[in-house]
Amino acid sequence: MLAIELTGITKRFPGVVANDDINLEVAEGEIHAICGENGAGKSTLMKILYGMQPPDSGTIRIQGEEVELHSPAQAIELGIGMVHQHFMLADQFTVLENVILGAEPMRSLGRIDFDAGREHLDEVGRAYGLDINADDLVESLEVGERQRVEIIKVLYRGAEILILDEPTAVLVPQEVDELFRNIRELKASGATILFIDHKLDEVLEIADTITVLRQGRTVGTVKPDQVTAHDLAEMMIGSELPVPDAGESTVTEEVALELSGLRVAAEGDRAVVDDVSLSVHRGEIVGIAGVEGNGQAELVNAIIGIQDPDQGTITLLGRDITHVSVRHRREMGLGYVPQDRHRDGLLLGFTLWENAALGHQTEAPYSRGPWLSRPGMRGRANRIKDEFDVRTPNIEVSAHALSGGNQQKLILGREMVAGPAVLIANHPTRGIDVGAQAAVWDDIREARSRGLATLLVSADLDELIGLSDTIVVMLRGRLVARLDPNDITPRDLGAYMTGAALEAGAP
Amino acid sequence: MTERLTHRLMLASAAPVAAVVIAVVLSSIVLLISGSNPLAAYADMVQHASKLETQVDILNRATPLYLSGVAAAIGFRMNLFNIGVEGQYLLAFIVAAHLGAQVELASVLHVAFILVVAMAVGGAFSGAAGVLKVTRGVNEVISTIMLNAVVISGLAAWWIVEWQAGGEISATGGRVGTEPIAESGLLPDINSWLEVFTREVGLGKKLTGMMLVAVAVGVVYHVILNRTVFGFDLRSSGANPTASHVGGVSPKRMVVIAMTLSGMVAGLVGMTELMNTGYYPSNPISLLGFTGIAVALLGRNHPAGVAVAALIFGFLDVSSGILQISGAASREIVEIMKGVIILTAVIAYEVVRRIREREEAAAAAAAMAAGPAEAS
Repeated sequence: MLAIELTGITKRFPGVVANDDINLEVAEGEIHAICGENGAGKSTLMKILYGMQPPDSGTIRIQGEEVELHSPAQAIELGIGMVHQHFMLADQFTVLENVILGAEPMRSLGRIDFDAGREHLDEVGRAYGLDINADDLVESLEVGERQRVEIIKVLYRGAEILILDEPTAVLVPQEVDELFRNIRELKASGATILFIDHKLDEVLEIADTITVLRQGRTVGTVKPDQVTAHDLAEMMIGSELPVPDAGESTVTEEVALELSGLRVAAEGDRAVVDDVSLSVHRGEIVGIAGVEGNGQAELVNAIIGIQDPDQGTITLLGRDITHVSVRHRREMGLGYVPQDRHRDGLLLGFTLWENAALGHQTEAPYSRGPWLSRPGMRGRANRIKDEFDVRTPNIEVSAHALSGGNQQKLILGREMVAGPAVLIANHPTRGIDVGAQAAVWDDIREARSRGLATLLVSADLDELIGLSDTIVVMLRGRLVARLDPNDITPRDLGAYMTGAALEAGAP
Repeated sequence: MTERLTHRLMLASAAPVAAVVIAVVLSSIVLLISGSNPLAAYADMVQHASKLETQVDILNRATPLYLSGVAAAIGFRMNLFNIGVEGQYLLAFIVAAHLGAQVELASVLHVAFILVVAMAVGGAFSGAAGVLKVTRGVNEVISTIMLNAVVISGLAAWWIVEWQAGGEISATGGRVGTEPIAESGLLPDINSWLEVFTREVGLGKKLTGMMLVAVAVGVVYHVILNRTVFGFDLRSSGANPTASHVGGVSPKRMVVIAMTLSGMVAGLVGMTELMNTGYYPSNPISLLGFTGIAVALLGRNHPAGVAVAALIFGFLDVSSGILQISGAASREIVEIMKGVIILTAVIAYEVVRRIREREEAAAAAAAMAAGPAEAS
């Protein structure tokens, strides 16, 4: 029996066909992954299935019944629940209050029956093997736990078909394992799960069936044991898969960025970056590996100047910049690609040409003395658009109109055309599609051959091994190992990141 | 190309036009309910406003509203809600009136001295709220509201007694206030400038010279905001403080600077009255600071938009008088119209913003689909 059957779904938006004759069959009780690049039409398809947008044509069958969905409420009634990528929880409420919010069991006189709610919550938790304390405040929960609350919220409303929209995007590796354990429990209890993702290893690990979308069309449906991650990626982008590959070494003797004895303390004087010494040469890419939360973020903040180190020095091109302002560092040739584009990299409501100047507004050609140069800003923006293949109708649109990959290309282009001596690339390809990822790699490699010194922080081990000339491992604030990417596998690197390899007595 | 431009212009003007039309319709309904003839009331208002003397009144009213609106707008641009314009301008007003009366200077210098004092006082008082915010984390809404109270029922109430003029004013004019500023410290009216284009202004109406100052402030505001690196820093920091910080702009510094600039402009609000009468009275024109927030909102913090909004509010304020005299409607209808315009404007702007956003996203998606398909 099919839990979901979509036939010939087409959805057009002005100027673009988001879904073009899509067919999808999801069997009851399976974990079905939908893969595709950003902009392939995954989100649109899920919105149609969840009743948020009506399709222009095509039919939807749920448990064999043909239905027309007009609202999420109706979808919920049919047993479809959606867990959004961005959580919709009230921080100041407890887990129980969040779960029953909008579906409160009532007693007489409009009072909420918390006991009944708690009982039902416990039942749901037991039935699906989801462990959570109903009385915890949501604000005290970890990201993974919050996600579990979102899932329980959906199950509480009687959902049997769960749509998870890029659930792993916000999680650290350990939490992903926990999520997958939960998903398997859900499946064992009879739920059907639609799982949207573009991290291929994860998809292969968790899914029973995989459907790949590309440019609004269904490319194919496969079983994970028949394909490799490589095959899937090629299906997604429709051509040969790019691999990160550093090529010939271009490392020079000249030190561009030097950290010595750097210490950054968190509240309570606990060192989050502890005695870090490191040098990056011109033409070199130094990769920093580590499980997130081991001090990489604070290290990067100290280098770009938004967090003051307690001890140690930072030297850029031979000049001590430890206590120099952010702006001055940027002017001296420090480029930065942030991890969180929306928070740290863009002015979403501003035009592309204004965004092209952000961080470099004091430099030519963006300005002359105290005056902005609009022709200079527009000229640079057009150059970035052309050279870095930012797909946009023009540079007058605002940054939020672009897809994630194009936003990232804009940011990378902005930093690259400024001709930096040192680039800090903080998870430069996180959350962008394979095509854009390859473009970012190419650009970094190309700049490296022209003498750029790059500090690459990444959670993508293939990226680290493929791009870096040297890899250092960061664990609990310290650099604990220095490795040659030519003779290390992702598996070994993972062992260093968790500290297992160190205990075994490796260098 | 021209078609797209027309489309953009239509979108841009759609919001304010829709806001005014809806406001007129809603006000008409209110007038009908209260038993007045809306057409008669509007006819009275328009006919009154067509007179040159009324237009002078409107400009005199719009001038301080514009300054107040720009003061609020500077804060808004930095994502700061300076509710303290009210207190800042009253404090600047009384201090400038007092100090201005203490000095004897040549005409231009005297006026400049008074204006600089007013801006310094407003700027310092508002900047203090900025400093509190960045050093102690005090929300500027709270601090400026409390600083308003410090001025209105505190400092101003105390100093008006302290700096009370002797018998002269009260004896001749029956008015109470600070010592009057000498003639050299007052800005002359600019009726002669106006009369180049029109007939002679009658009824003893005087067009305030502060209007020129307000225009200058508007121009400077526009140029700094849109054409300088500093303005870019300010706008970017207001829009996204963390991204801007990473880009080299210290958010704390921008908060203090923006609050100070806002207060400096706020300090000029009371100068329209001071430059005309020469003293701080026991009952100065008040509430200009709060109205300025609404003016900034209606004008979208845009230098020209705020000017239009100030003129609309000036027109409505001046019209309330004629409605009372002609009896066509209750004068309170004007307050209702102000409220409705603000409300509809906010909604209309948001609707237009969403339409534009959707169009842009669709265009960008189309560009993406049309782009080269190969990845490398």
